[in-house]
Amino acid sequence: MNELSSFIAATPAPAAPTTCWSCKGPVDATALFCPTCRAVQPPHPADHFTRLGLPVSFAVDAAELDRRYFAAQRLLHPDRFATKTPRERAISQSQAVGLNAAYETLKDPLARATYLLSLKGVSANPDGCHTVNDPTLLMEQMERREALMEAASPEAVDAIAREAASHVRDSEAAIAAAFAGGDLEKAGRETTRLKYLVKLVEEARARKAKLAASEKAK
Amino acid sequence: MATPLLQIHEPGETPLPHEQERGLAVGIDLGTTNSVVALARAGKTEVISDAAGHTLVPSVVAYRDEEVVVGEDARRELLDRPQIVVSSIKRLMGRAAADLKGVAGTLPYELAPPAEGGMVRLKIGARMLSPVEISADILRALKARAETALGQSVDRAVITVPAYFDDSARTATRDAARLAGLEVLRLVSEPTAAALAYGLDSGSEGLYAVYDLGGGTFDFSLLRLEKGVFQVLATGGDAALGGDDFDHAVAERFLKERGQTRVGADQVKQALMTARLARECLSGHADWSGTLDLEGKPSRHALDAASLEALIAPFVDRTVAICRGVLEDAAVSPTALGGIVLVGGTTRTPLVRRKVAALFGREPLADINPDEVVAVGAALQAEALTVGSDTLLLDVTPLSLGLETMGGLVEKIVERNTPIPVAKAQEFTTYQDGQSAMAIHVVQGEREMVDQCRSLARFELHGIPPMVAGAARIRVTFAVDADGLLTVSAAEKTKGVEARVEVKPSYGLTEDEMASMLRDSIDNAREDMEHRLLVEARVDARRAVNAVQSALAADGDLLDGAERADIDAAIAAVEKTMSGADRDAIGAAAEELEKITRPFAERRMDRGIRAALAGRHVDQLR
Repeated sequence: MNELSSFIAATPAPAAPTTCWSCKGPVDATALFCPTCRAVQPPHPADHFTRLGLPVSFAVDAAELDRRYFAAQRLLHPDRFATKTPRERAISQSQAVGLNAAYETLKDPLARATYLLSLKGVSANPDGCHTVNDPTLLMEQMERREALMEAASPEAVDAIAREAASHVRDSEAAIAAAFAGGDLEKAGRETTRLKYLVKLVEEARARKAKLAASEKAK
Repeated sequence: MATPLLQIHEPGETPLPHEQERGLAVGIDLGTTNSVVALARAGKTEVISDAAGHTLVPSVVAYRDEEVVVGEDARRELLDRPQIVVSSIKRLMGRAAADLKGVAGTLPYELAPPAEGGMVRLKIGARMLSPVEISADILRALKARAETALGQSVDRAVITVPAYFDDSARTATRDAARLAGLEVLRLVSEPTAAALAYGLDSGSEGLYAVYDLGGGTFDFSLLRLEKGVFQVLATGGDAALGGDDFDHAVAERFLKERGQTRVGADQVKQALMTARLARECLSGHADWSGTLDLEGKPSRHALDAASLEALIAPFVDRTVAICRGVLEDAAVSPTALGGIVLVGGTTRTPLVRRKVAALFGREPLADINPDEVVAVGAALQAEALTVGSDTLLLDVTPLSLGLETMGGLVEKIVERNTPIPVAKAQEFTTYQDGQSAMAIHVVQGEREMVDQCRSLARFELHGIPPMVAGAARIRVTFAVDADGLLTVSAAEKTKGVEARVEVKPSYGLTEDEMASMLRDSIDNAREDMEHRLLVEARVDARRAVNAVQSALAADGDLLDGAERADIDAAIAAVEKTMSGADRDAIGAAAEELEKITRPFAERRMDRGIRAALAGRHVDQLR
């Protein structure tokens, strides 16, 4: 049970005990299992970082995230409860759903940045104020998309995709720096830019697939 | 099935509700062409063969007048009485009659006239059978084979499905198992099962790709293996692409050579069988020649390896394009992989091996028999689920799930390749003043228009309080469990009124139909169900007793002698009923135990709170 204890140790100080559904005894509000009867406990409300035992910060080490996610799933995945009671199976499923939601959000820099901003009360909606206030970003993105639509060969699309991918990396670094420096406004602006860049990369891929298909048909 | 169920004990005679009282849990690969059943014990796997030593059971069912025959014997009937034989039924799993309108003419089955929105039914002799019932017959034969070989009852299974199977096909598979008297421990994707068999065998780590080309389905999955965790990163495929398509191309060529354009379903079956023989022969030889005898008119045909490859190349190219798409999705270069695993009998085709090797720039792995590897992986997972293991499978949704919105557009709620189990919710609103109901149409697929996606279910949410357009907040929740099965619910909460509907999309089979099929097809269905409820009651009673015993060990000092004696007596009463077969008595005794321990539980809570207030960590009470 080393994994379990390291997992629990990473969560914040326990609140007043609640009741274990199985043995009716006291159990920490954040505990995964009852310390007395070992029954799995329903997920407690927590942000995605805390759920995986990580500090609330944009800087997430991918290997550490995987390690914690795998360790938690080893304990809580429904496959661990296949021969248990229906109640325990249902609880493990909601625990695993919570872990997957946390993992999916924290793994992807764009989703992580958007989520962290929302935790801090800042919205990074591309339809929102950041877009309107940022004509430079709009112009930049419009030009790139025009270039993409005009690209006539998979090689030309590749060049645009490569450039966009390098901008994605720059943008991620800028977001990390903004969060590290506590500049939420800048983090929000950069996150909106990243959203556009990621979309551009996706569109480039779709465009390339289309061009490859039509070239093959010739 | 002539083999009777092996009864290892009379119900109620088992002394203790232990895991051993259950039948064995096996792994089943329910394939388009062949099916395989395997068992894992202490990590050692055994593919179960018949008396003649064959491990593959052809997924072929013959419906004789008095008897249902499955496997090799059924396949032999194909030449004499093709009208009573069904093969490749997996391709119709979860399909609605309407789905097949376009292809009905090319299928070697006689379809019953489609009922509105109903599931496909096949007319076989005097019988009308759904794909679920036919698959259940195959599963029954596999269950019987395992029971005969192992001398023990088999009542639970991990069953594999193509990763690319949609929700209705998965549900149909689960229903078929229920009909066959098997509890499904887990539906596992075929490529994932194959990776499990390989990964555990070699202890490898890193990125692996599984290329699975079976008789009727193609799957490609990308997995990461790390310290016993099998994490599916991305998956893709085509649920209607496989060796059957190769056979169709060859059969069409033969029929063309005979100058036949219009042929009956039975003749198609015979032409397909000859085509398959030719194709299998050409996997090892350069030339094939043989006779096709239709309605007493034999014709000679010849095929060489190069012509076969020209016929099948378009299908193989499609699989290669799918592989490229999945790799791009996951941003993985083909050369970054630790290995490529080949699964499915169709990967024996030399052209397939050459094209896969060319794509990845290396020779693929095929050291575990590609026909058996999926069942072996399923058996390992069955053991992991029932006995326990350090391995863990983390799977994903193969296809995006969404809702129809205005203008026939799809709003995706759960994107493809999302780890499961998953629950996602989205809010929608009304578009008319005073609108009191909302139609919800659940679809699966990657396209943007509803009519290009697969329709899974339609339902209506009623009881929305009257409001102006756009004011209602209807929250639709999609939940996908670890088997990849979807539940959709919807609720309106603005005015505190909660209207809720839950839908389990399932193609054509209602719970009532399921129940009547269970009655019709297995005589002991009721006993099976009773038995399962009894086992569940015992499992829950065991949990309750264990919980109280743990509590006694931790906080027994809170009780005086008389109280302790009462609780011990209540535990003994539960234990006594558990050794009997009276489900209600078990429930009543467990309830009594709960009642009698309530004051004890309250005292324990008080102690816990006092401990917390005193700054002492509750864990120290352990």
